[in-house]
Amino acid sequence: MDSNINALTTVFTEFYYWVTIPLMFLIHVGFCMYEVGASRRRNHIHTLMKNSMIIPLVTITFYFFGWWIYWAFPNFPASIDWAMGAANTPWSENMGPNLEDRITGVFWAAFLLFSWTAASIVSGSVIERIKSSAFWILAVVIGSFAWIIDASWGWHYAGWMVEYLGYHDAYASGVIHAIAGGFALGILVVLGPRLGKFAADGTPRDIRPHNPWLVCVGLFIIYAGFWGFYVACNVPLIDPATIGGEITGTTWSATTIYLTPTSLSAITFNFLTSLSGGMLMAFVLSKGDAFWTYSGGLAGIITASAGNDLYHPMQAMIIGAIGVFIAYKMHFYVERRFKLDDAVGAVAVHGYAGFVGLVICGFVLWGHPSSPYAGFAEITPWGQLAGAIIMFGVLGFLPGWIVAKILNSFGMLRIPKEVELLGLDFATQQEQQAAEDDVRKAEDALMK
Amino acid sequence: MSTTNITSWAVDLADVSVIYPFAGHEVLMVTIGVIGWLAWHVWCHRWEKEDHEKIIAEYHKRNR
Repeated sequence: MDSNINALTTVFTEFYYWVTIPLMFLIHVGFCMYEVGASRRRNHIHTLMKNSMIIPLVTITFYFFGWWIYWAFPNFPASIDWAMGAANTPWSENMGPNLEDRITGVFWAAFLLFSWTAASIVSGSVIERIKSSAFWILAVVIGSFAWIIDASWGWHYAGWMVEYLGYHDAYASGVIHAIAGGFALGILVVLGPRLGKFAADGTPRDIRPHNPWLVCVGLFIIYAGFWGFYVACNVPLIDPATIGGEITGTTWSATTIYLTPTSLSAITFNFLTSLSGGMLMAFVLSKGDAFWTYSGGLAGIITASAGNDLYHPMQAMIIGAIGVFIAYKMHFYVERRFKLDDAVGAVAVHGYAGFVGLVICGFVLWGHPSSPYAGFAEITPWGQLAGAIIMFGVLGFLPGWIVAKILNSFGMLRIPKEVELLGLDFATQQEQQAAEDDVRKAEDALMK
Repeated sequence: MSTTNITSWAVDLADVSVIYPFAGHEVLMVTIGVIGWLAWHVWCHRWEKEDHEKIIAEYHKRNR
């Protein structure tokens, strides 16, 4: 901030990331609306609060240890970068108002909103039968621990997955979506379906959303928030000298998180065309079902996100459509075959679409440099497949399954059957009824 | 006396770093935060258990 140009660059970068934060806040608003809309009337308040309390819990734990993990773990378990981690511990002077550091707070918050999203994705799939207290522990595990390890490995300019696998996931097909989908699947296997979801012969019953409008408006709002997510994934403006890699010349550019050049124009084209490909395919597959068409738009973006910094818009559209086809078919196959009750299709929309998107990216961007630095592996199908397995399986499914198993063994995972039948909001509804009766009696007394 | 490191703004901002109160006690503040976070989970588990017990009792009362 010692010259006008430095001050402008600093304030622009600070403001750029800051704007993404309220935009990404909309993702959480959308998820809450979507979940409440999908739940039945007897579970509304608990469903809302289960998701809403992700905000404070993941925020404080991401402050306590999540942010440190990102900076310290790029080469974990081979080594821990104590020096980079030190500036990002919760007791570091950078983690509070500091006139020498004007960026850490907004950068931290941009990552934090990704953390909320990871936990929120999981929240929808387990509604109406998980204990809130159990979910909140799981939310901390995915939001402030598992996802940020994967970000450190595969969404960091020096992460080992980038260096050795050539892993490329510019807008988080795997880093957020595949891991959250895998984590949700791990919990669902242990948690089991809602009562009445499957007939005695195993045929799945359709537990309809109580308010399809709320579900669709929620998904629409997630689309809006997703713009912030995309923009937050870029470095807005950086020069080759600061990057310090192989790029020559003095042309400044926007880059991905890997510091590979792209532009806001590129991601704007591809966000919209992958959304379009997803919606078009989902409309055909579901024969115009509103929930799946909106979800398909989301899954289209998620599938193409790994390479949306580079794809041609028509490639993004086709890739989005392919991802939706696979995710949609997989959702119903897994539901029938394994009797898994994913209440909102989160495993399909985020997990399967994210996984497929990573693999497709490996073929379409085969040979493209994953990094501006010398010695990094190039993008390959096998590097992307290994990355997809790590995201969905190793850091997603496994931690979800293990923690759910532990909670279940202590009887802390699933609500009692009686509570599931009467509804999680039973006490609240009784209090509301009593209050209404009381007022009505008072009104009647006034008329006598 | 000031709880922050600043007692006057007659300074060159290039020399100013942290401006929050009680700088130097960050570990203590974080420790309090962590204890509060863990205590919240324990409270929640107990509160939810009590809530469920009431609903279970009501369920059995209705289905006697």
